[in-house]
Amino acid sequence: MTRRALAASAAVTALALALTGCVAKADLASAIPVEITDDGCAVATATASAGAVTFSLANAGSDVNEFEILAEDQLRIVGEKENVTPGQEVEFVAQLAPGTYYTACKFQQVGAPIGLAEFTVTGEASAVSDDEQALADQAVTEYLGYVRSQAAELLPAVEAFAAAYAAGDDETARSLFAATRVPYERIEPTAEAFGDLDPKIDFREVDAVADGLDWTGFHRIEKDLWPPAAGDLNSDGQDALADWAPSTHEERQAFADGLVADVAELHDLVTADDFSVSLDAISNGAIALLDEVAAGKITGEEDWWSGTDLSDFAANVQGAGVAFGAVRTLAESKGDDGEALAAEIDAQFAALEAALSEYGSLESGFVNYAELTDADKKALSDQVNALAEPLSQLTHTVLGVAEPEAR
Amino acid sequence: MTEPRPADRVSRRALLGLLGAGAAGAAVGAAGAAGVAVAATGTIGAAGGGGGASAYPFFGAHQAGITTPAQDRLHFAAFDVSSTLDRTGLIELLTEWTEAAARLTQGLEVAEGGATGGSDYAPPVDTGEALGLPASGLTITFGFGPGLFTDASGADRFGLAARRPAALEPLPRFQGDALQPERSGGDLCIQACADDPQVAVHAIRNLSRIAFGRASLRWSQLGFGRTSSTSTSQTTPRNLFGFKDGTANLKAEDGSLLDEQVWVQASDSPAWLAGGSYLVARRIRMIIENWDRVQLGEQEMLVGRSKGEGAPLSGGTEFSEPDFEATGVADKPLIDTNAHVRLAHHSSNGGARMLRRGYNFVDGNDELGRLDAGLFFLSFQRTPQQFIDVQTSLAADGLNEYLKHVGSAIFAVPGGVREGEFVGQALFA
Repeated sequence: MTRRALAASAAVTALALALTGCVAKADLASAIPVEITDDGCAVATATASAGAVTFSLANAGSDVNEFEILAEDQLRIVGEKENVTPGQEVEFVAQLAPGTYYTACKFQQVGAPIGLAEFTVTGEASAVSDDEQALADQAVTEYLGYVRSQAAELLPAVEAFAAAYAAGDDETARSLFAATRVPYERIEPTAEAFGDLDPKIDFREVDAVADGLDWTGFHRIEKDLWPPAAGDLNSDGQDALADWAPSTHEERQAFADGLVADVAELHDLVTADDFSVSLDAISNGAIALLDEVAAGKITGEEDWWSGTDLSDFAANVQGAGVAFGAVRTLAESKGDDGEALAAEIDAQFAALEAALSEYGSLESGFVNYAELTDADKKALSDQVNALAEPLSQLTHTVLGVAEPEAR
Repeated sequence: MTEPRPADRVSRRALLGLLGAGAAGAAVGAAGAAGVAVAATGTIGAAGGGGGASAYPFFGAHQAGITTPAQDRLHFAAFDVSSTLDRTGLIELLTEWTEAAARLTQGLEVAEGGATGGSDYAPPVDTGEALGLPASGLTITFGFGPGLFTDASGADRFGLAARRPAALEPLPRFQGDALQPERSGGDLCIQACADDPQVAVHAIRNLSRIAFGRASLRWSQLGFGRTSSTSTSQTTPRNLFGFKDGTANLKAEDGSLLDEQVWVQASDSPAWLAGGSYLVARRIRMIIENWDRVQLGEQEMLVGRSKGEGAPLSGGTEFSEPDFEATGVADKPLIDTNAHVRLAHHSSNGGARMLRRGYNFVDGNDELGRLDAGLFFLSFQRTPQQFIDVQTSLAADGLNEYLKHVGSAIFAVPGGVREGEFVGQALFA
């Protein structure tokens, strides 16, 4: 994944929406001040009315901080604002149903919550029609099932791939690489929601170096399997052989074991009983998958050594299609606009899949990305844009957010 | 490929419900009435969000951005239409572009409340970088390339082949051409001119975004420093050779000469183009490092004018008519036989003139460390032949040693838009 995607993962979890029929625009005048310090998290008022609750965060501390709203169990994060830098003042809106919550801050964004304080939300839950609630429940059930099925598919595939790599059977490992990544790429935004897991599984070398992380995962293995020749460059134009050497047998075993362990952890997390996804996380996930395509795959930076970008591309598109499918009935229930939007997204998905099919399929494999001309890439990019524009309206439509002005 | 059924195709703006039918027209209604007179009267007061700076009417007998006094900045964009677009979709795109352009030229957002007034859960309809900026004299001018009528494979995608102007052909090859396909051609074009570059870029950015899935950018060009005057109210600017450019240009005040040289007349064919013009765009790279080593006397000889005043070398001041017969020492002509001003002059070209509206550009540098600089030449004329005649005549131009034409495109620019219509509507009638 990309650095940008990592930053965006906060947004995926930021609004754990208790599904609301109508969300008003944040009333900035009633924003609740939050004074953040290195060892404190002073929320000015401990109560609010249900709906869109705006917090006005001010970091008076010495380093980056994070504001969290926890559920009554003090474990589940229902909303968070990351990367509040010293001196920064920023608004954060959480969609809160009536109930008991806890507010807290997290100095340097690690460790235990600081300044944990009870926060009560009063009033009525926003009215949701039975039908709409049923559709929302169905969407969540459906998408949750998909995420779990993909995780379940991923684990044994990774085990086989990692075993071949560790054993030095490079030919087998190369033949498995693209297909092994498919279930992961289909649900990538979900994995990204688990903070440090995606970087370990899917970071590209240039991102790992930039973030000062140990470079592990799929792309570390990829470079061993498709080793650079003298003079080859990384995607950032740097010498591909600088600070890199083919992994030793022991290193291979460690990278293989690490990838299996990380994927197993992902599987455990998404199959846990208390794991769920919110409605907006589904529709935003569809958008995020297209962003992945537009940011990384279309440029050929994702699978720099193997050239298997089109496989990732197709898997991202499939995953986005499933996420859209989960909420499409809900979108269509929002009147003519919703129906028109769903029809437009359908048409553009079909067009993108048709464009991709010119280069292969997930079943039979795709051509190496290096074989595409600039004109080929532009045609794909145009179609990604054509889909991404209407898709970017999906969350707004699915949540049934009222326009700020009458139509 | 699934072609959306017409009934399913809903304008993106309509989808959002942010732009009611006619809202754009209402916002600029008063301005539109004055449109016919714009060429002669120049600027009008801002309508709506213009904030007191210049705003030109979008609606009128001719499209704005031709005889409008040349603004300081340009963002020009050429588009390829999508292979999935049909005639209905093309009309929808032109309708949405028209609605947006009518608002943008008045200093308004692409749709009401577009930048910040929408849902927190949807991307803003307007990209926002022009918030708080006045209209800045923005004009948006649309054109249709040959490919819109018949594509490269000869297909008549939009049922327009029979309506293609006979003269709308890719330009012939000229001396000095080193054309790059990726900088040439295009099915549609938009010329956005403004006195603030951010306003011009905002226009192209938002219009490109509206077109996603229907038309995509093929090439685009930023320009600074207008290289022509299109009104006698303007002083003559300089191009990157350091010379005044456009002294003898056609200007808004030229009245009947504009009808003769710039505007397609009702008696011309095709009828749908009446009130319009032909636009030629040429990206002309200047090898300025070499030029800068040329002695002043030779520079002036090559151009045929003095560098300071811009007067013809036959004498007088800037606006003196050049005397191509005048001779000096040893009966040599004062204006060299290969001087640019002689070869480009209408007297050397059967009376052919053009309304030039070009801009300087510098797009960084090339791999040799030379500025990628030059003139983005734009001219409007009643027939492409006028440009072809002049450019053919310039084959002997001594300046050619310092010039390289790397991009070329031609467009039919439909006549002005009336309120309630979309640009080029007559073509589809």
